[in-house]
Amino acid sequence: MNELPDNLKYAKTHEWAKLEDDNLVRVGITDFAQSELGDLVFIELPKIGRQLKTGEQCSVVESVKTASDLYSPVSGEVVFVNENLNDSPEQVNDDAYTSWLFCIKADNPSELDALMDADDYQKMIDG
Amino acid sequence: MPTVTSLKKTSLNDLHTRSGARFIAFAGYEMPLQYEKGIIQEHLHCRNHAGLFDISHMGQCLVKGEAAAGELEKLCPGNITRLNNGQQQYTVFTNADGGTIDDIVITKFESHLAITVNAACKEKDFQHLQKHLSDRVQFQILNEHALLALQGPKAANILFNLVPEACELSFMHAFYTEIEGIRCMISRSGYTGEDGFEISVPNKHVNQLAELILNESDVELIGLGARDTLRMEAGLCLYGHELNETITPVEAGLNWIIHGNNRRFPGAGTILYQLQNGSELLRTGLIVNARTPVRENALLVDEQGSPLGHVTSGGFSPSLGKPIAMALINSDAAIIGSTVYAQVRNSPVELTVCDLPFVPRRYFRG
Repeated sequence: MNELPDNLKYAKTHEWAKLEDDNLVRVGITDFAQSELGDLVFIELPKIGRQLKTGEQCSVVESVKTASDLYSPVSGEVVFVNENLNDSPEQVNDDAYTSWLFCIKADNPSELDALMDADDYQKMIDG
Repeated sequence: MPTVTSLKKTSLNDLHTRSGARFIAFAGYEMPLQYEKGIIQEHLHCRNHAGLFDISHMGQCLVKGEAAAGELEKLCPGNITRLNNGQQQYTVFTNADGGTIDDIVITKFESHLAITVNAACKEKDFQHLQKHLSDRVQFQILNEHALLALQGPKAANILFNLVPEACELSFMHAFYTEIEGIRCMISRSGYTGEDGFEISVPNKHVNQLAELILNESDVELIGLGARDTLRMEAGLCLYGHELNETITPVEAGLNWIIHGNNRRFPGAGTILYQLQNGSELLRTGLIVNARTPVRENALLVDEQGSPLGHVTSGGFSPSLGKPIAMALINSDAAIIGSTVYAQVRNSPVELTVCDLPFVPRRYFRG
């Protein structure tokens, strides 16, 4: 298991979120999540322009064995999606932290404060 | 849900742990879903080289006595009394309605018949056998036996180094032999569509045998995840999915296992009628014309939205690089090349009816 990046925030539902300039929040799934899911074969990304509420189901990752829902860590508008993943969802298996899924223009970036930091997320997955 | 501690373990559990297995609960056993390389790599390794599977959770039993074949023939649509020594037959235990109690493999030997059954059905099957077999035969459950499957195009090369006679077997034949002094039953059979072998061996020797095989080149341990994707590509039924107590072998597309001279088995009226006249439902293959897998239980409809049936197994084909499925649908709609639709997350997904298997079977027929 890779060391968890310290510059990300983590959701209980195993998404990571990274606050960038202009209230942009980049979202992916954690290395723990990709490892639990196994080989990814399809990722359904949200539509650009979609307005999301915090905790709203917005994406689906499908592995060989199972499908798993993803939830938006913040409210806001979807402004970018990682279209490379349409052809190569396995990029998320290869590197979960560079292979982001989508970016949200956050209504209120302070919502990220409600997420876990790396230490707390590590404690959660260590159970 | 059973807790992990209540799960049974096969004799190879420590080997799985040492090999980096991720475990799942399956039929009351803690079994390896996959190892470190993951389902897709394991699947492709088996298709291109060879894979070793621990399938010791499956049930094994013997029926002895001169009447054994005749009595088994009253429980399945096969022609067990006509099997030669060393010959195997894939068949099903049927119920009175023609539904399927389990799909099994029966192997004929001079002194007995050996039966391999599904792990999830073994208690039910053994009770079924004990109830229906007379005291003219002896029934013995092989609780102390493990089962290994060595599958893939390199399987025969690997086994040749350990027991060259095994490579003279043709598909669905078996014999008893020894590997390095370990008594075992080897059959040329499997559940991947590849050439390969299944080896029944006492639990106390299975670790030694597994190590001997894994010391050969080209072979890796393969988990149940890839076992499922391999059998799906090979168009093989999985009990509880393509077969169950309400699905007849005709509906499952297994007409070839019904031997018309046997009319004594439970549900013969229904099954032989369907064999003659066709069944309303039929198992078929489906290629998904999208990237999203269409999973088990997805409802299938025609262009007008009329229901046709449902997906019995669905997932991703590592060999084809796209999602595939098997389904039970109205036989009128099971026309190769026709289009059916599923709803996946409220969006329609198009699927094309196709023939089975998805990937050609490569059995060794001598």
